[in-house]
Amino acid sequence: MSDPKENKKPETEASVQKQINRRNFISFTTYTVLGVAAYGGWRKLYTSPIETLGITSGAHKPLRRALNKSELFFRNFFSNNHLVKTYPKSMAAKVVRKNTSIGADSRLDAANWRLQVKKITGEVLSITIDEIKALPKTDLVFDFKCVEGWDQIQHWGGVRFADFIEHFGLHPETKLDYVGMETPDKGYYVGLDMASAMHPQTLLAYEMNDQPIPVPHGAPLRLIIPVKYGIKNLKRIGTISFSNRRPHDYWAEQGYDYYSGL
Amino acid sequence: MKTIKEKHSLIMRWTHWVNFPILTVMIWSGMLIYWANDEYKITIFGHTYVRFFPDWFYNALHIPARLAEGMAFHFLFMWFFTLNGIFYVTYTIISGAWRELVPQKKSWKEAWLVLLHDLHIRKMAPPQNKYNAAQRIAYTAIIVMGIGSVITGLAIYKPVQFYYLTWLCGGYHFARIIHFALTLGYVFFFVVHVVQVIIAGWNNFRSVISGFEVVNEKPKTAAKK
Repeated sequence: MSDPKENKKPETEASVQKQINRRNFISFTTYTVLGVAAYGGWRKLYTSPIETLGITSGAHKPLRRALNKSELFFRNFFSNNHLVKTYPKSMAAKVVRKNTSIGADSRLDAANWRLQVKKITGEVLSITIDEIKALPKTDLVFDFKCVEGWDQIQHWGGVRFADFIEHFGLHPETKLDYVGMETPDKGYYVGLDMASAMHPQTLLAYEMNDQPIPVPHGAPLRLIIPVKYGIKNLKRIGTISFSNRRPHDYWAEQGYDYYSGL
Repeated sequence: MKTIKEKHSLIMRWTHWVNFPILTVMIWSGMLIYWANDEYKITIFGHTYVRFFPDWFYNALHIPARLAEGMAFHFLFMWFFTLNGIFYVTYTIISGAWRELVPQKKSWKEAWLVLLHDLHIRKMAPPQNKYNAAQRIAYTAIIVMGIGSVITGLAIYKPVQFYYLTWLCGGYHFARIIHFALTLGYVFFFVVHVVQVIIAGWNNFRSVISGFEVVNEKPKTAAKK
């Protein structure tokens, strides 16, 4: 589509060949340079240093930054109105899958178990399982999702974390950014952003399939938090604390995303 | 006489070649993730034909026990994959290049003729412009698949926040299966694509780098007054 007003020289075989060569040279050179640069960039990322031990560890430093940035972006979509899909009880698995019992593999001293809640005033509440069972119970049948990729419809019952907070007057604590939970032996621990902890489907569960939770599944009280992967669903809760800084988190120290939100 | 015939725009070439390494990283990191729960196989009448994936395959590619690393790479490169895709689709719509790309009514019948031609069963291929009918279908399908990967990906990445996407994909469990199957589709596409590019030859391949093809035109004597 040449401009008819433009007085172009008639193209000769040689001039066309020259143009072909020139354009090939430019594009193949650019292609090669960008290709080499991309490979160099990849090698740099692939061999980038691993984080040193901290609240998060074990990931390539640039990748950890990306995980944290992605968290900030996807937090914008978090809402208490977004609920995990629930199912009829009949669909819940009878044989509930169990991956690990890190932090909950020692013998459970059920009689002496207390839930320790560290208030920001420094006061520590020591709560028995009966006090928790006296609170309104919520049942939840939902698709439990493991970071490994499997999922299973499970039935849990317990007190909503938000109801627990309400009952024990922990409103000042919810002004902080994070909740930390640990097993009694401190072998397993998770950190949760406050919004996820206060989500209406987050439970402190003491029942599984209408029965008290068996020891391998986290007796006497475990966390069920459907807006997170299974790795955040701590078994056998020992202590709960509150903080404006990220509490330590077992799997975030092993290279996993701290947020791990669904 | 040789003449230059413009074929592929700079944006098409750019997004094509940027996508190639990104998709490679996405598939590789996806396998690191998939390994942690590698339950998919093709079983017909009780006999398992293919298991995804055999141990020799995992070991050859150093896949095992790298779930956290796989997720970290996957959740960085997903941004580049998505943005590059949005850039390409937006360009294709605005520029009007979609007219050369999306299948037409006649494409479905013609694609069959192209296939017969490519398999050396039929001598003549139907006339075409930039892309033949089979290419129109394949290249449009790969874009739809890309959109499918982003949607199923989001459905399993944030199944509670994007519950409507998860519902649209037939639930969390099924969304993961589609996400995996689409990836197998990419690999299948890649194999066919590379074979076709090799058969089509240098002039065609060069056009995706330099943007033009060289055609031999007969001297236009009659056209000149």
